[in-house]
Amino acid sequence: MSKVRTSSGGIAGMPSAVLQIPILAVLIGSWYGLTETNVLPKFFFGEPFKVFGVIWAWFLSGEIFPHLGVTLLETVLAFLFGSGLGLAVGLWLALSPTASRLADPYIKAANAMPRVVLAPIFAVWFGLGVWSKVALGVTLVFFIVFFNVYQGIREVSPVLLANARVLGANAAQLLRTVYLPSATSWVFSSLHTSVGMAFVGAVVGEYLGSSRGVGYLILQAEGVFDINTVFAGMLVLTAFALVLDQVVAIVEKRLLVWRPTHGETEKM
Amino acid sequence: MAMTQTISPARSAPAAEAAVPALDLDNVTCTFRTPGAKASYTAVKEATLRIADGEFVSVVGPTGCGKSTLLNVSAGLLQPSSGTVRVYGEELVGMNRKAGYMFQAESLMPWRSALDNVVVGLEYQGVPRAEAEARGQDWLKRVGLGAHGHRYPHQMSGGMRKRAALAQTLIMNPRIILMDEPFSALDIQTRQLMENELLDIWSADRKSVLFITHDLEEAIALSDRVVVLSAGPGTHPIGEFVIDLPRPRDVSEIRLTPQFVQLHDQIWHTMKEEVLKGYVQSQNK
Repeated sequence: MSKVRTSSGGIAGMPSAVLQIPILAVLIGSWYGLTETNVLPKFFFGEPFKVFGVIWAWFLSGEIFPHLGVTLLETVLAFLFGSGLGLAVGLWLALSPTASRLADPYIKAANAMPRVVLAPIFAVWFGLGVWSKVALGVTLVFFIVFFNVYQGIREVSPVLLANARVLGANAAQLLRTVYLPSATSWVFSSLHTSVGMAFVGAVVGEYLGSSRGVGYLILQAEGVFDINTVFAGMLVLTAFALVLDQVVAIVEKRLLVWRPTHGETEKM
Repeated sequence: MAMTQTISPARSAPAAEAAVPALDLDNVTCTFRTPGAKASYTAVKEATLRIADGEFVSVVGPTGCGKSTLLNVSAGLLQPSSGTVRVYGEELVGMNRKAGYMFQAESLMPWRSALDNVVVGLEYQGVPRAEAEARGQDWLKRVGLGAHGHRYPHQMSGGMRKRAALAQTLIMNPRIILMDEPFSALDIQTRQLMENELLDIWSADRKSVLFITHDLEEAIALSDRVVVLSAGPGTHPIGEFVIDLPRPRDVSEIRLTPQFVQLHDQIWHTMKEEVLKGYVQSQNK
């Protein structure tokens, strides 16, 4: 999951923001124009300035923070448990061919199942609080990390393994110095996707039944046909997801310094 | 077949038979069973090879003839189907703890810096971190990477990575060094530099070296003895030549001496047929 990022825009090397902000303005402008002229009914499509008003009020009163906090907590817990579990099971199955052979059809079945349908069951099992959302997030994150680690371990260079053995590594040292670093590098490379999935798990879980969280706000607003608040919730979630993605990008950069990047040159 | 015209002043001719050899492959056969296929493939057949203590032996042979198999057997990474491997007289069981192995492919851990890669063997032995780092730094200096210990493998050139791999192997102070075409991926200038450095380091404490290469010139320039292998399958040594060129040698200059050319002609004569055989076989595969 590597993305090619360009820091400067294509048109005459202008900073991307200079070109990107007008696009946003055009989008919001046409939203405003189409709803004001009733080409799109306000009832279904909301009014941009009222949406911004709702967001403003949320942040001004501080009402949004406990909800954001809950959603963030669910996301982080789901990510930690999901990737921990994925790493452990991935390592185990990759290193044990017998276990892998036995588990194979079940893993495939579990992965093929649309796991969002588990949300009602988790709500019954774990209640309407934080844990039912964490459980849903875990099922989503687990498979991403698991498959990455499993593949990563099986593709560890045989030369690296042979070299470590010649240098005197025992089984535990081999696991610690070759398999684990190799596996974690695969976990990190799936970081963007898995954090995103943890977030999806949290919001979908909240939306299907909860007492707090941004998903809950959307659910409540939808119940009274307050379309502006629904849009406000969506925008807050989007902004929040972007912030999470940035945090992940920074963490990734720190942790993967050893990884070659294309066209990297060193300043003398 | 051995040539005994002059005896190099640095040391007497290797007494391969007299003393206990450092490495003794006796009648080694390696047969691989490919999963799914009925036929098995015999890479090495009844190969016997002895390396005396402190001797630098090169093994040359056509491509795909099972040279690396011989090394893997010597390192203990691979169990021979039949035959025995003895290390200083003792039969080899499990990994060869007296040997260091330099691989043809990249063997540095990409997530470790050069220094951390060099000290990894000491780490396995439980040497305290500070001492390991001091020794690692010392070895980095010896291979000319003193200022580059913090670099990750992808930030180093191919030659630098090979130097780091050399330091990683030699820091363990192995009595036997196994080298599998270690310089084959380098350009010719870097390669000759590395060869000279290897000879420098080797002459300091005369370890036993089993050096595998497909490059006859490299083999002659470096070694005390060159062993020629037959084309695979069923590879075995078919000729042995004592290289009595005087040491210390400069690998880029020694290639021009008449003695070198004469040796090259002789060995090439033995090798040529096998190379052609290997070529035909690789085409028919």
